[in-house]
Amino acid sequence: MSQPMNDDVVLRVDDLSIVYQTKRGNVQATTNISFDLKRGQAMALIGESGSGKTTVSLSLIRKLPKNALITQGQVLYQRDGNVRDVLKLSKRELREFRWKDCAMVFQGSQNAFNPVLKIRTQFEDTARAHGWTDKNAVRERALELLRLVRLDPERVYEAYPHELSGGMKQRTLLALGVLLNPQVVILDEPTTALDILTQRAIIDVLNEMQQRLNFSIIFISHDLSLAAEMADVVATVYAGEIVEIGPVNDMFYDPQHPYTHGLLTSVPKLDHEQDFVSSIAGAPPNLISPPSGCKFHPRCPYATDKCSEDDPTLTGEKPDHLAACWNKDALLEAREEIARKELAQ
Amino acid sequence: MSEPIMRLEGIYRSFRSGRTVIPVLQDINLDINKLEFLCLVGESGCGKTTTGKILAGLLPPSDGKIYFEGRDVNDLRGNDRRRYRRSVQLIHQDPYASLNPTQTIFDMLSFPLLHHKLVKGQKAARKRAAELLELVDLTPVEDILDKYPHELSGGQRQRVSIARALTTDPSVIVADESVSMVDVSIRIGLLQMMMNLRDELGVTIVFITHDLALAKYFSWEGRIGVMYLGRMVEVGKTQQLIANPQHPYTRVLLSAIPEPDPEKTRTKRHIQLRSEDIPRLTELPPGCSFHPRCPWYIEGVCDHTVPQLAVPATSNSQVEVACFPVQEGQALELYES
Ligand SMILES: Nc1ncnc2c1ncn2[C@@H]1O[C@H](COP(=O)(O)OP(=O)(O)O)[C@@H](O)[C@H]1O
Ligand SMILES: Nc1ncnc2c1ncn2[C@@H]1O[C@H](COP(=O)(O)OP(=O)(O)O)[C@@H](O)[C@H]1O
Ligand code: SF4
Ligand SMILES: [Mg+2]
Ligand SMILES: [Mg+2]
Repeated sequence: MSQPMNDDVVLRVDDLSIVYQTKRGNVQATTNISFDLKRGQAMALIGESGSGKTTVSLSLIRKLPKNALITQGQVLYQRDGNVRDVLKLSKRELREFRWKDCAMVFQGSQNAFNPVLKIRTQFEDTARAHGWTDKNAVRERALELLRLVRLDPERVYEAYPHELSGGMKQRTLLALGVLLNPQVVILDEPTTALDILTQRAIIDVLNEMQQRLNFSIIFISHDLSLAAEMADVVATVYAGEIVEIGPVNDMFYDPQHPYTHGLLTSVPKLDHEQDFVSSIAGAPPNLISPPSGCKFHPRCPYATDKCSEDDPTLTGEKPDHLAACWNKDALLEAREEIARKELAQ
Repeated sequence: MSEPIMRLEGIYRSFRSGRTVIPVLQDINLDINKLEFLCLVGESGCGKTTTGKILAGLLPPSDGKIYFEGRDVNDLRGNDRRRYRRSVQLIHQDPYASLNPTQTIFDMLSFPLLHHKLVKGQKAARKRAAELLELVDLTPVEDILDKYPHELSGGQRQRVSIARALTTDPSVIVADESVSMVDVSIRIGLLQMMMNLRDELGVTIVFITHDLALAKYFSWEGRIGVMYLGRMVEVGKTQQLIANPQHPYTRVLLSAIPEPDPEKTRTKRHIQLRSEDIPRLTELPPGCSFHPRCPWYIEGVCDHTVPQLAVPATSNSQVEVACFPVQEGQALELYES
């Protein structure tokens, strides 16, 4: 991916690999990951737990645990025509970057607020840490954002964290996250463990904010429905690699990788009388000694000898929809068979 | 229809916290028919787990009656009581917390087998334990038996919990969020395995979940009960309830759920609540507890009297709904966002 960066690309992850060093060996948590995130775009990283989604997102703001080692790659960030490699920022630059350019929200969100400080103080402190000392201006901006996340702004601003429900805290955090107008917002499992109606409120609020403030989103989720609803682009992550990436409709209606297809067919649908659902066999591999060839081959219903020998690369008929699989035709046949069954139903 | 295998009648349960009384379940009436696929759904805190514990005899109700095979469990003594306790098993929602990390899988399975004198001796226990693992598709059995929980994946651990619940040869299993802690990709496999147990062992399974799509899948041939703040607000045949939800809360829930289909989920109509705040159990609103959030509430009625479950007069299904305007046959038009 060495093409020049277009103006509309805010973030480019280029051939990134990360390992965790442990007593038992190196965990290959991220392997040769590349993607472009465009301005105003929402991208979803989906996959089972342990596939490396959080690792990728933490690397974008350099919040990786101490035992992580970036073995290769770049994270290029573009703002106002300037391109910087996030992996090369100094400590001071990084602190700025994390709020003003690329904010991460919802990591352990319920405890993200200091319980003894009013919400107001937490907004003011964040602003001051970045050289913004005019409390009235901060207040004005904060109230505007709290209104945007559909909270009663005056009340929440003066409240202590414990006075807010889980969903309200989540939304307050979102408002705080965008206080300094970042271009990229990273959300790790933004709705996991929230109830349906609280989830709905978060989704609606996020959509509205994104439209108003025009930031880009990277969100991580094991919830396909959330990706279907919020993402422009979806990337499927398996065993530390992106195995398929493409526009949301292509990914859901024309999946090219057996793993993406496996994920899609493992969830029942509310409006289907009879679901042709089945789980993906087996479990994700140990990333200290991942399988040879295509890492999905031990679980893949379409695997052939070639799959255990050679590692497929991302390819596709459309330039923006790529999948790494040797047997795309076999999957296509299987999908046609399922479609016939569904029609016959 | 034959007599239900279990029945809850006017069940109340409250907890005390200091001087405040927290009413967690109120007036729950529920029949569990033999071999039916029954699901309890609702958001967290609505009382699903408490209901499950009460069914399994792990928690006494504050008021109301529990019947097992037609007999009030309070009247059961001695062997009859032990049989009830063995016959109704609860599978804990968290397979991580519920398995003792210092015991092997064999230890866990053999203990109840030997303790309840269901088998005699280690050898028979091992044989039975192996059979149970086969039943929950946990193979190779001989490998698994000598493993510790931490050596198993989340899904495998959940299978162990289910096998353990099967040791006492139960006739009812209450599976509380039994697939919620495992990856989406393997949930259906677990659910299908549990559904097969019904056919293979003749066990009735009550499945508790907050996931309506899973509830639909599990109980397509059965029933769903929707709970809100400690009460049952709608209960009936899944196919009717999902296709035509009647209670405002059920309708709001179904309209709010994102679906794994981009076009569908983006064009879905969402019903707007009047308020997003969920009342505390200690400050329950009078009348229907959904009324402060309900777009269709009738002033002076809904905020005054608690609606009871009943089949609406004009309904062409048997689904019971606890809602005044619905029971009066009012058409609830959609309030869109
Ligand atoms: N600090 C760490 N040390 C060692 N291994 C780790 C560490 N953090 C994560 N891992 C491992 O890296 C892999 C990817 O983890 P993660 O990025 O958290 O995946 P996901 O977010 O998709 O669940 C997993 O195998 C996980 O066990
Ligand atoms: N032992 C207890 N003491 C006090 N409150 C409890 C206790 N057990 C449950 N509750 C409360 O009862 C309500 C219902 O809980 P639960 O039955 O676990 O709901 P659900 O399983 O639907 O999430 C919750 O508000 C919970 O906090
Ligand atoms: S009884 Fe009234 S308040 Fe309650 S759900 Fe029905 S309409 Fe709404
Ligand atoms: Mg993660
Ligand atoms: Mg529960």
